[in-house]
Amino acid sequence: MAGYFKYNISQTDNGPVLHLEGNLDTSTVPVAWRRLVKKFPEHACPVIDLKKIKTMDMAGASFICHLETRLRTAGIWPVTISGLKPDHSSLIDLARKIRQHNIRSTKSGKKLSCVEKQGRRLWQVSAEARQFISYTGEIFWALVRSLVNPSSIRWQDVFHTAEQAGVNALPIIVLISFIVGLVMAFQAAIPMKMFGTELYVADLIGIAMVRELGPLMTAIVLAGRSASAFAAEIGTMRINEEIDALNVMGLDPVRFLIVPRMIASTFTTPLLAVFANLAGILGGALVIISMGYPVVAYYSHVASFVETGDFAGGMVKCFVFGILIAGAGCIRGYQAGSGPSAVGIATTKAVVTGIILIVVFDGIFSVIYYYLGV
Amino acid sequence: MTEFFQLFIITWEYENIRPIIEIENLTAGYDDYTVLENISFKVHQGEIFAILGGSGCGKSTLLKHMTGLMPPVSGKIEILNRDLVQASGRKRTDILKQIGVAFQSGALFGSMTVLENISLPLCEFTALDSSIIKDIALMKLEQVGLENSAFLMPGELSGGMKKRAALARAMALDPAIIFLDEPSAGLDPVTSAQLDILIKNLAADLGITFVIVTHELASINAISDRVIMLEKNTKSIIAEGTPEQMRNDSGNPYVYNFFNRIIDKGEK
Repeated sequence: MAGYFKYNISQTDNGPVLHLEGNLDTSTVPVAWRRLVKKFPEHACPVIDLKKIKTMDMAGASFICHLETRLRTAGIWPVTISGLKPDHSSLIDLARKIRQHNIRSTKSGKKLSCVEKQGRRLWQVSAEARQFISYTGEIFWALVRSLVNPSSIRWQDVFHTAEQAGVNALPIIVLISFIVGLVMAFQAAIPMKMFGTELYVADLIGIAMVRELGPLMTAIVLAGRSASAFAAEIGTMRINEEIDALNVMGLDPVRFLIVPRMIASTFTTPLLAVFANLAGILGGALVIISMGYPVVAYYSHVASFVETGDFAGGMVKCFVFGILIAGAGCIRGYQAGSGPSAVGIATTKAVVTGIILIVVFDGIFSVIYYYLGV
Repeated sequence: MTEFFQLFIITWEYENIRPIIEIENLTAGYDDYTVLENISFKVHQGEIFAILGGSGCGKSTLLKHMTGLMPPVSGKIEILNRDLVQASGRKRTDILKQIGVAFQSGALFGSMTVLENISLPLCEFTALDSSIIKDIALMKLEQVGLENSAFLMPGELSGGMKKRAALARAMALDPAIIFLDEPSAGLDPVTSAQLDILIKNLAADLGITFVIVTHELASINAISDRVIMLEKNTKSIIAEGTPEQMRNDSGNPYVYNFFNRIIDKGEK
């Protein structure tokens, strides 16, 4: 229930007096603030009379202290507060103490310059990069040790992750690749039809899907789906101190958590890419069939143009992409800080890092394949 | 004779003045599973009221119902003479503004500083200027002894500090009732005792009613005015009274054993 608040100014022998009346609490302070503080120094008086104030809470006490501060800043000092009730007095004392502390802490707070901010940011980025490289080395070494001694690998976790991150991702990968193949064939067929070469769309779709788009689409979908899941899982474990628990039990968290995910991702990505290639080629076939050509013609074009080397090149890429996806997800999760936002940040970083690494390595592969003549 | 009349007046007032919380025939549960059946009790203004019981007896479920987080299967929950179960929209918000809740984990928002956590309800529910809101939040922190931690993130606080910050946030809108879920859980005895003193002082100085869910006997004995004890098998209140009465004259062996920390060898 809103209280009431009134004020008036009277002239006395000692100068003007500001009389406040009613309730000075959360419901009335906004009104008092608008009339007396915002319009300052309109009603500036060196004496504030609180005799008719019935109730006062922290908001009211803080308001009186703000008024005092304004008066002091305007050179009206000392300010006399009269008619203060004993139970309001302790609140005003507390508010004065807080304001003093507040002013001191504001004065002592140092603002960073733009150069300092950029320097700090650069330092953070370089520290993060160093940590990323260090974790990469740690994971690589753990992988080598695990492959030398396969019995140390937690195969149950590997199969579980392969199902979660691989098999369960199949429908979305097939759908996306099918639509990409269909759209690409459709867009290419329209101009090629003008030259009577629309059947060569089959060659285009075959080579593009097998060498480039199949592996790339698979990897990008997995970066969004699996890398984020790895980062969220491991990040949550980091926050819940589960990773610390593994450490104190003498178990290597990298072997326990990261190696199974790396192996699962590395082997499922090429398999998923095979399905992506097939779905993309089928999407292209649908366009060619709709143009009146037989399936056999489409198949013979694809089979004659796409060579084993193209397929193998795509699979090698997928193998590397699988490592990058799991690596980005696991490392970002492993780096997660504390607090509820840490998992969200780790997940975002995992997806961004994963996609950047995939695109960069795709470029590197293109150059290598060019020089190797693949 | 005068003492007798004083006692009579206090008893009459206690029985007849409308309680600040009234629970009547409350049945609570999850889906098909009933946790509490036909619970009835009253809490009066300025009381420190403890809800006690063994693990899994429904203490936290009862708290969730009293704070409007869960709807009851049946029964009435009246907070400040207003029906919480039937209230919706703005009426419900008005009731909830009169209560503060400090959760077991603190439940501070991790992306905000301690000061921002406490300022949040003030920013949302009042028209106060931001500088006044900051002052009020700092005063609340001063009251719970965290004035130097205002600009820290919740992740940087210890368990006891988190609980005190949660208490400061619960007090932000000067509520009439504060619900505390396991305030002493996981705290060392000194911090726990400090928190007990703080609660007792806040109840005495500001007239706030505290409803505390706990199984810390030391805290109950130190601060609570009245206690109810819930029991898992009967799904109801098995004893009610002051801590002293519960410890000595409850007449229920389970309550006696619980308060005197005696292990019943028949129980498995």
